[in-house]
Amino acid sequence: MRLYLHELRTQQLVYWRSREAAVFTFIFPLLLFVLLGSVYTGRIYGVPAPDALLAALISYGCATVCFAGLSIALVVRREAGILKRIRATPLRPPVYMAAALCSTMLTFAAVTVVLFVLGRVVFGTPFPSRPGSVILMVVLGSLCFAALGVGIAGLIRSSDGSSAVVNLIVLPMSFLTGAFGPTRHYPGFLRAIGDALPLKYLVNISDAVYLHQHSFWSQGTSIGVLAAWGVAGVIVAAYTFGWEPRSA
Amino acid sequence: MTAIAVRGLRKSYGPLEAVRGVDFDIEEGEVFGLLGPNGAGKTTTVEILEGYRSRDAGEVSVLGSDPQKPRRDFRERIGVVLQQAQLWQTLTVRETHRVFAGYYEHPRDVDEVIDLVGLADKRDARVQTLSGGQKRRLDLGVALVGDPDLVFLDEPTTGFDPAARRAAWEMIRSLRSLGKTVLLTTHYLDEAEQLADRVAVMRQGVVVRIGTPRELTTTETEVEIRYRRDGEEVLVRTGDPTRALHELTSEALARGEELERLEVRRPTLEDVYLSLVEEADEA
Repeated sequence: MRLYLHELRTQQLVYWRSREAAVFTFIFPLLLFVLLGSVYTGRIYGVPAPDALLAALISYGCATVCFAGLSIALVVRREAGILKRIRATPLRPPVYMAAALCSTMLTFAAVTVVLFVLGRVVFGTPFPSRPGSVILMVVLGSLCFAALGVGIAGLIRSSDGSSAVVNLIVLPMSFLTGAFGPTRHYPGFLRAIGDALPLKYLVNISDAVYLHQHSFWSQGTSIGVLAAWGVAGVIVAAYTFGWEPRSA
Repeated sequence: MTAIAVRGLRKSYGPLEAVRGVDFDIEEGEVFGLLGPNGAGKTTTVEILEGYRSRDAGEVSVLGSDPQKPRRDFRERIGVVLQQAQLWQTLTVRETHRVFAGYYEHPRDVDEVIDLVGLADKRDARVQTLSGGQKRRLDLGVALVGDPDLVFLDEPTTGFDPAARRAAWEMIRSLRSLGKTVLLTTHYLDEAEQLADRVAVMRQGVVVRIGTPRELTTTETEVEIRYRRDGEEVLVRTGDPTRALHELTSEALARGEELERLEVRRPTLEDVYLSLVEEADEA
């Protein structure tokens, strides 16, 4: 437990100290919210546009922090030999992974809180009426996308271009699943692709919980789909993730 | 007490037999050098001892543990300097030491370790601003911060300029005075000669010679006698130098000649090493 807390503190220290990572993952959702919120006015499908964008960008925050941020960080640390070096210390791999996961969850939670505060201050969006459901959504979203992040980290061979590969997944996925705003006006085949992607189901939960005041637990299907993707991520990670540099 | 015992160690990567039956013992408090050219199996051997790799055959005991199934305290008691490893570029020297200190139950004082490895004036510098030699000292610092009994140094001075190597050697000598057991791999002969109490020369996955640097050179019985005759260098290799020299000099005296540039030379560790490595090339 002491080691877990120590490593959690280390992960947070390294994350906030590395400006590029923090800017790319933390600032980006906030920046997009302000930009899109300034462009879209009026109502989107019955709710004020800023509310709808806020609900959407929480999901983008999850994808960029937990999936992109964690996988790039793990690949860079693996290729630099930091993970190998840590393997020789008393810190056990499961404790390291648990701390990395919890750290990414905390960062995503911070993005979510700042989105709500920013929305309230800039666009007058309401705070969520079901904070408990928002917390559960943050937990499920980070577990699922962090698992997928570790899985993709196992598939990426070198740190050069890991950021390009991961963003090539995150940006189209966010666009297709409505994490950058509603997709109902998209052509049918684009929406069909979006429906096959895991982020779609986090967007569904976010819309239900924040925009329509539903309980988290009322979203059984979406919870199930995200859990299944999370398990798939863990399985891929178990087969592909290693602690030693690939490209040495 | 024996810190490390290795018997019949074998390891293959696919068809490549990296280690083909290695035996050695390292006593507590000893500085032991594994010397050999690139690809001799040094790093594979060390990484098995560190617990990174499984072995295909043989017995290994490191501080009483099998590194494949280490006891709880195994990683508390070892310190590792890898051949190539970076640390977090954006943390400072002190933060990096504190992170590693936090991984151990009974770490040494962080500032004391930073002083020991000579980074006191870089305490608050970011890792990315350090020179190559300073980064290597940081590696050594974080390997020592857990107060290990046994330190693995995999090619600790590769790529150093001569001054940085001297400084690193001083630090490694200071480990001996702290009572640490050190396993050092190197492909520099002078490094092994300068630092190690005993040396094992590895070639193609086996230990071909083991002993103190002095023993390695004295077990080689052939002595070289060189001189010049009519401007041509003559080289005599002999296991019986007294007789050979007597014959040579008495013949020369009889002819009334001088043996120009007469030289009798015991092979250096370098000669022994090169002859061992060259045998490998002929094999």
